[in-house]
Amino acid sequence: MPVGLRVAVRLCGVLVLALDTSTPAVTAGVVALGSDIDVLASRVTVDARAHGELITPHLQDAVAAAGATLRDVHAVVCGAGPGPYTGLRAGMVSAAALAHGLDVPAYPVCSLDATAAEVGSPGPFLVVSDARRREVYWARYGTDGLRVSGPRVDVPSEVDVAGVSYAAGDGARLYEGRLGDGAVRPVEPRYPSVRGLVACAAEALRSGAAPDALTPLYLRKPHAKQPGERKRVSA
Amino acid sequence: MSRIVMGIETSCDETGVGIVELADGQAPRLLADEVASSVEQHARFGGVVPEVASRAHLEAMEPMVRRACATAGVALGELDAIAVTAGPGLAGALLVGVAAAKAYSAALDVPLYGVNHLAGHVAVDTLEHGPLPRPCLSLLVSGGHTQLLRVDDVASGITELGSTVDDAAGEAYDKVARVLGLPYPGGPPIDKAARDGDPDAIAFPRGMTGPSDAAFDFSFSGLKTAVARWVEAAERRGETIPVGDVCASFQEAVADVLTAKAVSAAQRTGVHTLVISGGVAANSRLAALARQRCAEAGVELRVPRPRLCTDNGAMIAALGAHVVAAGGKPSGLDFSPDPALPVDTVTV
Ligand SMILES: [Zn+2]
Repeated sequence: MPVGLRVAVRLCGVLVLALDTSTPAVTAGVVALGSDIDVLASRVTVDARAHGELITPHLQDAVAAAGATLRDVHAVVCGAGPGPYTGLRAGMVSAAALAHGLDVPAYPVCSLDATAAEVGSPGPFLVVSDARRREVYWARYGTDGLRVSGPRVDVPSEVDVAGVSYAAGDGARLYEGRLGDGAVRPVEPRYPSVRGLVACAAEALRSGAAPDALTPLYLRKPHAKQPGERKRVSA
Repeated sequence: MSRIVMGIETSCDETGVGIVELADGQAPRLLADEVASSVEQHARFGGVVPEVASRAHLEAMEPMVRRACATAGVALGELDAIAVTAGPGLAGALLVGVAAAKAYSAALDVPLYGVNHLAGHVAVDTLEHGPLPRPCLSLLVSGGHTQLLRVDDVASGITELGSTVDDAAGEAYDKVARVLGLPYPGGPPIDKAARDGDPDAIAFPRGMTGPSDAAFDFSFSGLKTAVARWVEAAERRGETIPVGDVCASFQEAVADVLTAKAVSAAQRTGVHTLVISGGVAANSRLAALARQRCAEAGVELRVPRPRLCTDNGAMIAALGAHVVAAGGKPSGLDFSPDPALPVDTVTV
């Protein structure tokens, strides 16, 4: 897109920063939001161990590539998971700190919804992402593409696949053959995109609705064992 | 010229945010020290649960920054630098503070310094007692660390003289508390029970004090086991456990070894100042014995007030201010926290 047009979009729209760290993809981008969602620049690296290292530099790079500065940003949109916790927290705390530091609102969106927003085919379909420990995070979307159930975390065999023939998300590919005994075909996208993230918050952003609290969708309780009876040290 | 430095600390179960003011040629001045602790959430597990701590850090981070700014009467836009604990500590917990600090640094366009938590425990003393003599010694004692350090320059020159080979001193307190049915964390209830006990009632072992043992290393695992054996033997004989005596005797063994080694290190290295910091520095017997032995040896003793001894953001802000004052290089925004960051690496 020519730079002149970018500036025009910026003048009649707002600049939104989007980020997601709920999957192995460390995703950051900057969007001009008017009547359309115009992705000006994005930076994505698939590395499940580098969320905390890459997310802020990616945001800075994307903003610079869009010919803007962080001070020009009007709002932050952040994928709130579900996703493996450590990576997810890196993005969420970054979003909270950025929004606080820039004095702009931060809008959490369900990361599975952001993936669903970019599925090209009509519903019903699933979004399934890798939850590790041989489980998946998943949600079900209706014919209008809106979420009808979930998000939940389950073993793949317990995912409700009734009437569904395809699923997006990296979990759909990882467990291909185990979702509905192979009847559920994996489709793109695999990860939430910058456009998908902003699409999920677009209505709230356009109307100026107050954002929800930036609360991660953990779906599982912390893994911790209560101590049992104290072991004796003497025989 | 004065500069405002914010420090963020999330290495264990306290979410700390501190703000200090640095004026040229002076020790940093404390403006705010806000801490949210998740210790109560860990109590029923008898120790810190990393995932619980990490979740609490995420929840508390922005509120603590807001509170620290309000307390200091400083707007975010007035910050000149940010320092954050880069390690050592719990990986997932460190990551929350580091990610937040990077985002604040980018949003506010101020330099970020990833700094060493252990060095922060030393630097915090300058908030209370002014500049540190060079060199000085530092004894760090807490639930996570037991170390004897030589500090030539808190911003760049710290060397480890010795450390625990097994449990940290505070960990031994927690384990002994469990043996005696006292609550977690074990330091305060043992200190309290010890007041009514006889420190000479039971001769518990002093670890790593043999002639062939490393002079400045510590070991508390044997002591903890000795206490458990003693209690179990008394239980088998059907006796009532003299909790006060056990606590006093255990605490005496800990304080004796810690202070003896610290004072001996001062004498053998010709250093005249000892700083004791970390959560266990609040222990009444350790403080009293250190005072007595330092006075006898002609060593100046500095112990920050208890609030500054436990993990907090002020210590990270203080260390950050020393690094800024020394012209240290900022860390950039792509470094990783290091759960095992060695103490001689003050900045990353
Ligand atoms: Zn500490």
